[in-house]
Amino acid sequence: MANLTLQNVKKSFGAVEVIPGVDLEITDGEFVVFVGPSGCGKSTLLRLIAGLEDVSDGDIRIDNASVVDVPAADRGVAMVFQSYALYPHMTVRENLSFGLENIRMDKAEINRRVSDAARLLQIEQLLERRPKQLSGGQRQRVAIGRAITRDPKIFLFDEPLSNLDAELRVLMRVEITKLRERLGNTMIYVTHDQIEAMTMADKIVVLRKGIIEQVGAPLELYNHPRNLFVAGFIGSPRMNFVEGKVSAVAPGQVVFEAPGLPPLTLPGALAQSMEAAPATLGIRPEDFVVSRDAGAGWPVTVGVAEQYGANSYLHCTLAGEVPILVHEAGQSLARRGDVLYLAPRENHWHLFGAGGAAIERQA
Amino acid sequence: MTDLSQAKPGLSIVEFATRRRGRKRLDWTDWLTYLYLFLGLVVMFTPVLWVAISSFKTPANLTEFPPTLLPYANQTAVVEGHDEPLPLFDVVGEDGESRRLAQLRRVGIQAQMVDPANPEERIVVPVGDATPVRQLYLATENYTNLLTSSGGQIWRYLFNSLFITVVATAITLVMNSMAAFALSKYRFRGSNIALVSILATLMIPATVVLVPTYMIVAQLGLVGNLWGVILPTVATPTGVFLLRQYMLTIPDELIEAARMDHASEWRIFWRIILPLSSPALAVVAIFSILSRWNDFLLPLVVLTRRESYTLQLALASFQTEYGVRYEILLAMTTLTALPLAFAFIFLQRYITSGIASTGIK
Repeated sequence: MANLTLQNVKKSFGAVEVIPGVDLEITDGEFVVFVGPSGCGKSTLLRLIAGLEDVSDGDIRIDNASVVDVPAADRGVAMVFQSYALYPHMTVRENLSFGLENIRMDKAEINRRVSDAARLLQIEQLLERRPKQLSGGQRQRVAIGRAITRDPKIFLFDEPLSNLDAELRVLMRVEITKLRERLGNTMIYVTHDQIEAMTMADKIVVLRKGIIEQVGAPLELYNHPRNLFVAGFIGSPRMNFVEGKVSAVAPGQVVFEAPGLPPLTLPGALAQSMEAAPATLGIRPEDFVVSRDAGAGWPVTVGVAEQYGANSYLHCTLAGEVPILVHEAGQSLARRGDVLYLAPRENHWHLFGAGGAAIERQA
Repeated sequence: MTDLSQAKPGLSIVEFATRRRGRKRLDWTDWLTYLYLFLGLVVMFTPVLWVAISSFKTPANLTEFPPTLLPYANQTAVVEGHDEPLPLFDVVGEDGESRRLAQLRRVGIQAQMVDPANPEERIVVPVGDATPVRQLYLATENYTNLLTSSGGQIWRYLFNSLFITVVATAITLVMNSMAAFALSKYRFRGSNIALVSILATLMIPATVVLVPTYMIVAQLGLVGNLWGVILPTVATPTGVFLLRQYMLTIPDELIEAARMDHASEWRIFWRIILPLSSPALAVVAIFSILSRWNDFLLPLVVLTRRESYTLQLALASFQTEYGVRYEILLAMTTLTALPLAFAFIFLQRYITSGIASTGIK
């Protein structure tokens, strides 16, 4: 069992406050992904958990025991570094066994663990090679193998896939997910790639400037972003935003007005009553009802039509030069210069208040 | 890390040394480059070659003017009635006929000679008519004399030099790399001041601190002791700086990974930092070996007893107020330079291969 609790964890480097205070609960066996733009403090948070940095204030507990004063090696965590940090002058076998030799583990036990990890990661035939002679994906496996041999309570991954090419990244993503199912350990994974976060996580922690913006399951974040930042960050391609105001709230529908555009009726209801307040409307590219007939919604002009074969993305502009991205399943017939009319699908729109916080829809 | 051949496959030494820019024929830059390289070769190697060749010359050959390029010796012959072998000369007689005579002695511009076939008759010949009979001759006795005549002392000097060089270099490497590790990988208050003050000592010439150094050595009772030469200069600012700069390029993540792998700081230093710094260590080792082997001033002051002399001091002792025995001096110079050449050839491999990747990314 390895529960991890962060209690008001703070970290500053000199006068710069990187993490102003984070509270987080991670339960045993969870796959948690820290995601956020670069410089949001996600790596720092991971290093605080690993023990590579000391917390400025607050407490980190692993299984209810405070570890803030425990050296990194004794916390029962293992880390996979972004650059893999394999010892270049040692063979793969030596890389895997170095940590175990340091705690004077029995030779036979070391061999057993190394071969177990090698079999698990399919790097048995690479054991006598040096890191230089391995490909990126192989190095990645070795780095994970080094973490596995230590049999840690918690695995920490610091952007482990960012040095791989796109194809390999998809493969390794699946591998790590499978590995996690086999090992069942708690894993904390840092990335700036929200696709990695969406596909791998049980729980996503969205960070911005050292503050947790939202914590939740991937689809929960996708469907119910708590604020503008999360809405914009989660989901690829990005959600479309149009600034305007809510002009009328009638039962079962909300009317949204943007400057220079006809009023748009949003099918659905708000949880609270509000009127005539400035707001931002957010609609994901796939949540539009596209029609070619006038009067059915906002008119947009198609700028570029990207045909992916199975999907099409139309880069359009609203009046007032607001860019709108529209997703169409299958192959679109739209061409440059065409005028389309867009309306949101029922209950697939998001309204955000002036401060950026989401205005709840009625379920 | 040493498999440089792998990095550049199929490029033999000959191909490497004759690379050129022009594809079919020599480009003008090739001419310029090879001219420059050749000039460098001449400037660097002529003195060395001259010493090596001269060390095989006889004392007479050495003092000749103009000097000969190759070692020559006068041909001699044993003539009946004379104990010593006599030098042979080709003498052109008045009739224009050339005869080979042995010279007994020379008086002014006349020389007394005998015909080896007819030793009874003495012939007086003007010096101008006689040309010495010479042949190529390697005076290996320079070396054998050196090794035997000093009564085995030379081996003693060699041992002293070797001991000082090896031990001092080993200590230098350990001390410098530990300092460099601390200065490059630990964040602590005053690390910059420490580095700057170490570098600042570069500005003080060794001769200035010679007297204080001697006084400390004397206080420690190490005068005449090899350790008196080894200890004063085990920490070198250049070595610390060079190693620190190199260690800065070793990624911190490696050290963090090792720390998470339960490695103690000492083990990180010994198992991670040192192996990865081997190219820089090789450079520092070469510098150290060179300066220790060739060091003269400090040994001269500290090593006062003859049995503690280094090779360099022994070399100097061949130049006395009674004269300089050049042939021995040259032979010894050649011998003294050899170990350095070998050390360099061996360590150079590590320097070039050290540029190879560190395995990260």
